[in-house]
Amino acid sequence: MSDKQHPNDAVINIDKLSLTFPSNDGDVHALSDIDLSINRGDFVSFIGPSGCGKTTLLRVIADLEQATAGSIDVNGMSPHEARLARAYGYVFQAASLYPWRTIAKNIALPLEIMGLKGKLIRERVQRNMELVDLAGFEKKYPWQLSGGMQQRVSIARALAVEPDLLLMDEPFGALDEIVRDHLNEQLLKLWAQTNKTIVFVTHSIPEAVYLSNRIVVMSPRPGRIYDIIDSDLPRDRELSIRETPEFLALANRVRDGLRAGHSYDEVA
Amino acid sequence: MNKSSFFPVMLVAFAIIVVWYSFTVVMNLPWEKSVAERSGTTPSTMTMIRNTLQQERPVLPAPHQVVTEVINTTFKKKVTSKRSLVYHAGITLSSSMLGFFMGTVLGIVLAVAIVYNEALNKSLMPWIIASQTIPILAIAPMIIVVLNAIGVQGLLPKAFISMYLSFFPVVVGMVKGLNSPDRSYLDLMRTYHASAAQTFFKLRLPTSLPYLFTSMKIAVATSLVGAIVAELPTGAVAGLGARLLAGSYYGQTIQIWSALVVASIIAATLVMLVGIIGDWVNRRMGLAQSTPSGAH
Repeated sequence: MSDKQHPNDAVINIDKLSLTFPSNDGDVHALSDIDLSINRGDFVSFIGPSGCGKTTLLRVIADLEQATAGSIDVNGMSPHEARLARAYGYVFQAASLYPWRTIAKNIALPLEIMGLKGKLIRERVQRNMELVDLAGFEKKYPWQLSGGMQQRVSIARALAVEPDLLLMDEPFGALDEIVRDHLNEQLLKLWAQTNKTIVFVTHSIPEAVYLSNRIVVMSPRPGRIYDIIDSDLPRDRELSIRETPEFLALANRVRDGLRAGHSYDEVA
Repeated sequence: MNKSSFFPVMLVAFAIIVVWYSFTVVMNLPWEKSVAERSGTTPSTMTMIRNTLQQERPVLPAPHQVVTEVINTTFKKKVTSKRSLVYHAGITLSSSMLGFFMGTVLGIVLAVAIVYNEALNKSLMPWIIASQTIPILAIAPMIIVVLNAIGVQGLLPKAFISMYLSFFPVVVGMVKGLNSPDRSYLDLMRTYHASAAQTFFKLRLPTSLPYLFTSMKIAVATSLVGAIVAELPTGAVAGLGARLLAGSYYGQTIQIWSALVVASIIAATLVMLVGIIGDWVNRRMGLAQSTPSGAH
């Protein structure tokens, strides 16, 4: 895995970035003075309590929100240009599948919009359905699938664009723990297979530590980065790694960061 | 109508018939009494009650009189005859269908304009609502006179009244429907850099279809009302409205009631047809299980 890596090849560069929403009782500092760079092939998690701006930061990268100060570039372009170039795939917290489209048609949606034609679409849909272990479900409708399967479809849909960058906003937040564990394992395999850069928002400490090689701990009011933790866990991870002292040490450091950056105790 | 609603619906129908018959007796009895008085006879109460159910020009005709009249004027007359209700219903139906079609198209066009243009939303919506506060009976003759003056005659003036009534539910329903996609559905389109047309055809339009069919059910019924109303003040010689008018000129209450009954049967059938088409479209779209379609 390491042979494909270019350690200093930054995909996302964020410099002194701030985002302020005006509101009736004063400005809300959703993001304040964010400095972060994300390298090609990284799996970076943003973790923090509600209101720390982790989702907002992801949406800024995706050009779904615009920063009010500072600079950011994605693949050497502004987020706006990157969006127009369809440089990333975005996975929302809800699977957001269009209910009137079959599974295959849902995955084909971005490809239709890109103007690809029949055969090419079919091939890509097929390939990505296999990647998330859903071959055979092409003709089903979203309501016929479980929540976990729906979220896998939405990952396949994001991957169908064949982006180098995958942005995921708490994609497994609504799923039960067993399904979540399973999808975490699958996502790691997918990461190893495709060597994509993944930015992942979560509020689960075990999920962040298990998946990432970098963990960005954020704290609220104003939304800011409290700590950036580089994980030296091997990239090839089994779920059982969560019992090892190294894992627990990392989890503790994240937990401490979350506590220190926040006024109340209930974080995890 | 599914199995579970069959019994309650029949029960209500039965209750209506019972109430109708009792009112027939109560309302037609004074006439029977005055007839008896004038002729100096004293018929038994039972005879008088029986007579109330078979008057020629009753205040309130009995259900069986209406049914007989409907059957006589639909199945037993030639369709081309001026006395055939099928002939009159056909005339009303054709203008109301034309009006319904125009109203639906106008409603969709206005809704798209309103959803895509904030200025139009602010400027058009109040006028659209105001248009429905004007009593249709007052404006119908004006519309017909004005259209006549510019040479529009025949089906179109009546269809305009139908359109005037039926575009409204379509605008309201479609505006709601086109605005109904979840935030994340719209964000998704943004991440794909979809054009406005792609977002419309691949997202907003499909999400709005269930809303469209719900409003079309209302629109189809009001367009029939519109066509009938259009026939009333204009002295139309044919159509269900003309039939109502003629009936009231000559005190033919049975004729009025049978026209009313036929009009409501047509309206119910139209609403049901639109409902069936809507359900079929929803099923084709795979929406049958994901949205509560309501029990119809």
